[in-house]
Amino acid sequence: MTIHFDRRQVHDDLHSPSAPPILDSSMRRAVEHKHAAQTLIAWDELRERAHEIKAYSIEHLDELLVRFEREFIARGGRVLWTQTADEAASRFLDICRAHGARSVVKGKSMVSEELELNARLTAAGIDPVETDLGEYIVQLAGERPSHIIAPAIHMSRQDVGSLFERKLKVDYTDDPEALSEIARLRLRQRYLDAGVGMTGANFGIAETGTVVVVENEGNGGLSAQAPPVQIVVMGIEKVIPTLDDLIVFLQLLARSGTGQKMSTYVHHFLGPVDGRAMYCIFVDAGRTDLLADPVARESLYCIRCGACLNVCPIYRRVGGGAYGWVYPGPIGSVITPSMVGVEDAGELPFASTLCGACAAECPVKIDLPHLLVHERSRSVDEGAASSPLENAAVSSWARAMSSSRGYSFAVLAARVGGAVSSMLPWISPAARAWSKERSMPKVASMTFKDWWRER
Amino acid sequence: MSRAGTASDAYAPGDTVALFIPCFIDVLFPSVGKAVVSIFERLGVNLDYPAEQTCCGQPALNGGHRKEALELAARFGDIFEEYKWIVVPSGSCGAMTKRFYSTLDPGGKAAAVGTRVFDLATFLVDVLGTVDVGARFPHSVTMLDGCHGRRELGCTAAARRLLQAVGDIDYRELPAIEECCGFGGLFSVKFEALSTSMGSAKCANATATGAEYLVSGDSSCLMHVGGMLEHRGSNLKTLHLAEVLASR
Ligand code: SF4
Repeated sequence: MTIHFDRRQVHDDLHSPSAPPILDSSMRRAVEHKHAAQTLIAWDELRERAHEIKAYSIEHLDELLVRFEREFIARGGRVLWTQTADEAASRFLDICRAHGARSVVKGKSMVSEELELNARLTAAGIDPVETDLGEYIVQLAGERPSHIIAPAIHMSRQDVGSLFERKLKVDYTDDPEALSEIARLRLRQRYLDAGVGMTGANFGIAETGTVVVVENEGNGGLSAQAPPVQIVVMGIEKVIPTLDDLIVFLQLLARSGTGQKMSTYVHHFLGPVDGRAMYCIFVDAGRTDLLADPVARESLYCIRCGACLNVCPIYRRVGGGAYGWVYPGPIGSVITPSMVGVEDAGELPFASTLCGACAAECPVKIDLPHLLVHERSRSVDEGAASSPLENAAVSSWARAMSSSRGYSFAVLAARVGGAVSSMLPWISPAARAWSKERSMPKVASMTFKDWWRER
Repeated sequence: MSRAGTASDAYAPGDTVALFIPCFIDVLFPSVGKAVVSIFERLGVNLDYPAEQTCCGQPALNGGHRKEALELAARFGDIFEEYKWIVVPSGSCGAMTKRFYSTLDPGGKAAAVGTRVFDLATFLVDVLGTVDVGARFPHSVTMLDGCHGRRELGCTAAARRLLQAVGDIDYRELPAIEECCGFGGLFSVKFEALSTSMGSAKCANATATGAEYLVSGDSSCLMHVGGMLEHRGSNLKTLHLAEVLASR
């Protein structure tokens, strides 16, 4: 699998800012809400604190995970450690089979996308049902979530109306309330029929073994507790030390994700109740590779709020589908290489101007542009993104820039040949790409260097 | 000339400032460098221009070519090591030296020298404490704010104050000033359609102000947006901040 960043999805109407596509205007609204909500608290101090807690948690991940496991087991839960997405999906299936489950209701979970859980369950004859409205829509459409907290953000309500009409055989409506009601009625019986309920985890609290799930629709709570068996699928980076720490993140997460002051529901799952069973599957799937890299490690601080997607000028133009895998946007381009392999991640880390809008918004202060640059280096080092031709061009340009004589020669080449590329190496392989909509810069008759010398 | 010195030291009258004139400004936009010289001469600041300087290595680093970037960063560190104050008329090359060198080579000489680099606006306003540089520019202008200057160096406020203090200027705020213009070096050709889509939005916002000039502290962003404006036959002209500040 090689991921191709699909730049074709840049809509033509983007050339007219008066007619922004759905995505762009939704994102702008989300950012406005976030900014309004963050003025109510000591935003910068909270971000700083969150960064410190995550830094500590990631440095002490081994201890915290073991502590969490001990507490979780003490409360009657069972813990499974898995190294790969494939292994995690297999363990999930084992549990479903052991309990004779025929269907699974799922709360919203991005990790389950890594596991391709729906496909795996379906292949095993077990029926998965997404219960988050956006996920439900995306599942009906046979698509992948295009945003980490708003999975169906790429669709208009008219799109959803036609989808429901086609797939659910209901009369067309594009009234959001009516659409939610249709989904709600369909889902109600599914909760009661399901043998297993699955949720992700926003946080795992080490000191108490608590699984914390944050949501707005109530579907997460129902998915977790209506069926007799609950399975939590949790990335190993989700564990934080204490409940006090949680308070810091709850304030940041709701504001960054949806612009709310607090999410509608914050569930604290404290092990199985009333004779039910509860499992927690820890998923590594590339996370220890991120941990082993002293620079990339910072990406494990992510709380998956989606704020970096909302402000990203690239994401706003192409949408999540263009990124080709589970996690889109700036954070996606940083973590995907470690999760699917540098080679397979293709040019994802290059699909950014490094403008830094993402880092300015990130509630845990992940330095995303610097991490993108780091991933680019890894990509070139492993020969994944640059052609031998590009490598040769860059090394000869760098040699020229390494001495006064080489530099003079490059200037001469630019002047005589009009080849600006001897100065700006990235223009060379694609001068046509530059000139399609822009005029070429011109070489001045005298450089600053010569002017300074002669003055 | 002081060998040591850190970014937090205060500027003492008579201290020499080393000019870091990025390679593409040297060759494509030398008038920007000359404008910087004239501003500093007016303010009575001693200047030096280390003639060995070439490129800070940013194109290599942004392209993922770490080895080449390290070589050029090391060279920059050697050339500018002896200076306490280094000023560059580019937010982007400023960010490379001041912010990215420390990620590229933590604890290295280049990273240490990089802390002594200042973009022009920050140096004038925050270090020299000068907002009015005695310029006069009787035209309407709006500002294209380079993202590296804005977010890596935090120089937006300083640039805006400098412009607003220019005599007879008609300063107009650019709508959505915080949004990237889509240049991104290599990005501009590798993702050409995205880059020009972002550039189009910037052109439209700038044109909507009705200003005569689009001014920026970053020639690289101006090369992209100005190139688009020229290609479209727009009347809106581009100028570097230094060129406005040098006018009388
Ligand atoms: S990187 Fe930061 S902004 Fe992006 S999803 Fe993660 S926490 Fe949110």
